[in-house]
Amino acid sequence: MAVAVQGAPTKGSQDPRPGLVARVKLSYSKHWYAYAMVAPVVIVLGVLVGYPLINGFYLTLTDANSLNSARTIGVKEIPATYQFIGLHNYADILWGPGSYDRFWSHFVWTIAWTVICVTLTYSTGLALAMLMNQRLRGRSLYRLMLILPWAVPTFVTIFSWRLMLADGGVVNGLLGSLGLPEPAWLSDPLAQKAAAILVNTWVGVPFMMVSLLGGLQSIPGELYEAAEMDGATAWQQFRHITLPGLRTVSSTVVLLGVIWTFNQFAVIFLLFGNGAPDAQILVTWAYRLGFGQQPRDYAQSATYGVLLLSILIVFTSFYRRWLARNEEASR
Amino acid sequence: MTATIEETVKTPAPAPRPARPAKARRRGESTPLVRALSHGALVIASLVALFPVLYIGFISLGPDKMDYLHPGQIFDKMTFSNYSKVLFETDFASWFLNSVIVAGGTTVFGVMVAATTGYAVSRMRFPGHRQLMWTLLVTQMFPIAVLIVPMYTILASLKLLDGYTGLIIVYSATTVPYCAWLLKGYFDTIPVEIDEAGRVDGLSPFGTFWRLIIPLARPGLAVAAFYSFLTAWAEVAFASTFLLSSGKYTLAVGLQTFVSQYESQWNLMAATSVLIALPAALVFYLVQRHLVTGLTAGAAKS
Repeated sequence: MAVAVQGAPTKGSQDPRPGLVARVKLSYSKHWYAYAMVAPVVIVLGVLVGYPLINGFYLTLTDANSLNSARTIGVKEIPATYQFIGLHNYADILWGPGSYDRFWSHFVWTIAWTVICVTLTYSTGLALAMLMNQRLRGRSLYRLMLILPWAVPTFVTIFSWRLMLADGGVVNGLLGSLGLPEPAWLSDPLAQKAAAILVNTWVGVPFMMVSLLGGLQSIPGELYEAAEMDGATAWQQFRHITLPGLRTVSSTVVLLGVIWTFNQFAVIFLLFGNGAPDAQILVTWAYRLGFGQQPRDYAQSATYGVLLLSILIVFTSFYRRWLARNEEASR
Repeated sequence: MTATIEETVKTPAPAPRPARPAKARRRGESTPLVRALSHGALVIASLVALFPVLYIGFISLGPDKMDYLHPGQIFDKMTFSNYSKVLFETDFASWFLNSVIVAGGTTVFGVMVAATTGYAVSRMRFPGHRQLMWTLLVTQMFPIAVLIVPMYTILASLKLLDGYTGLIIVYSATTVPYCAWLLKGYFDTIPVEIDEAGRVDGLSPFGTFWRLIIPLARPGLAVAAFYSFLTAWAEVAFASTFLLSSGKYTLAVGLQTFVSQYESQWNLMAATSVLIALPAALVFYLVQRHLVTGLTAGAAKS
């Protein structure tokens, strides 16, 4: 492989990305290859994401549930009998009777959950990454230990947390021995929320830490040296070198963090099962409507899904616009 | 993907350890007090990170299902009986095999598909590549709730419910967008000269990709494989919805059968958890050296 690199002609390296004019000149075969190479993804996503999305969207306009959908009982095939009801599901969820308890309370909690979790994971991840970016003895050992939660499947560690947070579990034992109150983590509504945030932060920090550590390592050390020469304080260095140097990594991990946390299913589902109506975020609530009750309300569940997706798309486009504007301003 | 691209054209750290030459060392070599504090903070953080994992391992040694309530007593009666019970008296073996098939299939299929896409988007400027990248990001946002119902009905009509193929396809659809994104970033860090050299030597675009780029992209591929494997290995929602008979369960679903409404066999569950975590930890150990490099390339260059 090295031979190939050395023998590479350096002439074309100046402009690896052809501009518009050159693009037109690109040979037909090149495009052909490009399309052939992306075809599998386009097909998989089209069939498994595109089609279900359209199908799911159609379901939101019906009153489908497990009683009137097509199903097979024994050898008997029962055709679907659900009906088209227009936007009734949306109206019902957003401002129908009891919409506060069914939607808006979960909506507020989902937003709070996302903001709190992303803030906590990001700041903890950044702090740990900065600690590990120093010349410290045993750095790689620390890294190995700190990434470990990521390696163990989430559902395993969540069950471990369930044991630790149970009444009379380790966490309350520790709190009790320190003379602190011992909340009922898995049954008291407020404590449930705190427990969910705690566990999700624990689950999410390794990803943030590894990504930010990579970002920190790509900041040239000379910048800090120069800053030190000029007598900059540690805070000034952090503010003016570290944060700008991390901007691209940060914007990506924060965006992914928001999307993943907003859609975080496993933590709440496994920590409380069907038990905690107050701690359900919109995703788990939608799942419960569709699969956690009888009869299964497919239409309402899908409507929640479409609402969730719209919230995320609106958020993402604002976020990207905001990033772009920041980028302009900092130039 | 956006205007942010130009900013990171400087190469991300080539390798984690020798990243900073001796010059920058002065900054890291702070006062003994700062160093002690750093060590203290990292030790505490490591304990918090490790404790839940170690705790479930410890609980798994207690023979009785209520032992988790008084863990102190486990010291007196440690035994591996839970493990033998799980291994020989439950469906663990078949669940394990199912998980290996599903996670392995997802990894192979997903990474292959993601790699070609990532390469095409990284190297070729074809009409529609921007829209493709945007689509890949948007699919990250799909809450399972919006997909799970239609996917269920689709799989049901294709008779793919309660089987491996359906799950592998579903999991690939969820992992491929992120992997393609990540690999695109990684391919961007590989000099284009290499492609050009391959082209000069008479390789087709696909030949260049397969013979030259894939071997160079191993760290990135390792991270993508790691991500796909863990996602499939640990996924709960799809698996518990789409798998109907206990012979087809993956570990994630099988594990839940120990903790039902009526009986909670926490000791067996703990032992099973440890057995599930071991292969994942092994995969993790194999790729962890590449993790920082691979992820950075993906995250920094998106």
